[in-house]
Amino acid sequence: MRTIARRALGAVVVMFTVATLAFIALQFIPGDPAEAALGGPGSQATEEALQAARAQFGLDRPIVVQYLDFLWRLVRGDLGVSYSQHIPVAEVLGRAVPPTFILALTALIAAWLLALVSVLVASGSSRIARGFTLMIDLFAAAIPGFWLASMLVLVFAGSLAWFPAVSTGGFNGIVLPTISLAIPIAGFLAQVCRSGIDDAQRAPFIESARARGESELGIRLRHVLRHGVVPGLNLTAWALGSLLGGTAVIEVIFARPGLGRTLVSAVNGRDIPVVLGVVLLAALAYVVAAFITDIVIARVDPRTEARIEQAVPRA
Amino acid sequence: MRNTSPRAFRRGLTPAAIPATIAAIVILFLIVCALIPSVVAPFDPLGVNPSGAFKPPSVEHWFGTDDSGRDIFSRIVYGARDSLTIGISATLIGLLSGMALGAVAGGSRGRALAPLRTVADRVIEGMFAFPGLLLALLLISVRGPGVVSILIAVAISTTPGYARMIRGGIRKSLGSGAVEAARLQGDRAPRIWAKLVLPESLRPVLVLATLGVGEAVVMAAALGFLGMGMPPPAPEWGSMLNAGRSYLVKAWWMTCFPGLVILAVGLSTTILGRAFDGRRRFA
Repeated sequence: MRTIARRALGAVVVMFTVATLAFIALQFIPGDPAEAALGGPGSQATEEALQAARAQFGLDRPIVVQYLDFLWRLVRGDLGVSYSQHIPVAEVLGRAVPPTFILALTALIAAWLLALVSVLVASGSSRIARGFTLMIDLFAAAIPGFWLASMLVLVFAGSLAWFPAVSTGGFNGIVLPTISLAIPIAGFLAQVCRSGIDDAQRAPFIESARARGESELGIRLRHVLRHGVVPGLNLTAWALGSLLGGTAVIEVIFARPGLGRTLVSAVNGRDIPVVLGVVLLAALAYVVAAFITDIVIARVDPRTEARIEQAVPRA
Repeated sequence: MRNTSPRAFRRGLTPAAIPATIAAIVILFLIVCALIPSVVAPFDPLGVNPSGAFKPPSVEHWFGTDDSGRDIFSRIVYGARDSLTIGISATLIGLLSGMALGAVAGGSRGRALAPLRTVADRVIEGMFAFPGLLLALLLISVRGPGVVSILIAVAISTTPGYARMIRGGIRKSLGSGAVEAARLQGDRAPRIWAKLVLPESLRPVLVLATLGVGEAVVMAAALGFLGMGMPPPAPEWGSMLNAGRSYLVKAWWMTCFPGLVILAVGLSTTILGRAFDGRRRFA
């Protein structure tokens, strides 16, 4: 219980840091937010219009006041008003979250399933089979999701016409986006899980389980897998973050409503409050996911009291 | 898996070394393309030829032609310069800022420097919480699209990974027996850092940086694909994919081949990074 409280506090600290970093970044990035609000540098807004915009968005106040106000509004869930849609950002996000949440969840589940299948097939198989799955993992992890999505559309929506190219709703519509997102993540998960499994297979407790007369399959499922998935679980929060980034591209390709598409159109329209809102929301999702995986890992592997610094969670 | 007999090593190409060799050839070829594209490319990457548009792959046009009749192979060759430049310089910037951040976090010891360490630790953690591509999009929405935006965005999103690794390496090295021994011998801190701490903590990061170049190329291509990279006529790989999207069914080669090249870069850097890692343990 105390560990959970400490982790929760840590999560709050990270969120505070994230908000602060975002605020600092916004200050240092060249370009005038007031100008952006009026349509970017090309808009040739008059000085009066700029002044009015600065006053409207509170950009004319001292920086410390702006920062405290920024934090206080975040705590209350107030992310400001969209420059282009003129409605609260929270409302824009609220509409976009459910479809993206569903897509990210199915993709995460699919990625774990694919990774586990790949790892289980390889563990204990012949050297050739191992080498082959290793190559597949490498390939899967290196495939750019946006290109994979285009190719899937070409084959499964174009030539074969099994699934729709436009994903508006229903089960059929979510299959191709899920696969496009899941395959690269599955490649990463399989790679890290495999090293965990290789370590576990050489561990003494496997030998003793074998000596007790447990079946090979039972050993694989009960002991090896349990130890093998820990490095993968460690990466799950990272995977979720990467999924949210991936949805930006995937939702555009499949014309699927959601956070990603909202984000891309907001970037094109220089709608900074919306972009900032999506980024902060993604960071929150990452922090929450990291918090949950920490607890799950403590359950799966009771030895991990303090979370071990993992080697390569790539940003 | 790894062939460790000295004889096999002398014989040169062992089966285990084949992937790394292919990967090295791919990267070398792309570097040649980036340096002297006019020698490699058979056509002008910007040469518009309306009557020759949408030609499928053939002996003349290996990768086909695009909607303006431009040779896609030639455009990919010319695009190597921008893509590799972005990939390598973004990695260098990310590596340098990651080193600075990681050194502050890992090297600040003692009570006096504790606040500095805390701030650096928190910054690294906080940066990790931003998904890379989203951070890049935030930057582009403020700065506007373009190469410099992409460069900075990719660099920032790779920084925390390097920082965390360097921090870990420095902490481990500072606590090691070798450093302790040097300290007892009376070596001063700058000497210990230069001789022991930095080389030891940088080596694994260089492996990560090899992988990072491929990742940076892919990320830059993703941004180009979203139409936030270089303006249209430029033969940048991501922008080419973006252009191909409208003609996916009519001209699949416009999307397929630039993507395959991006995949090849990502895969090759991964394999090379692992090979370096293996060689290091080998030596």
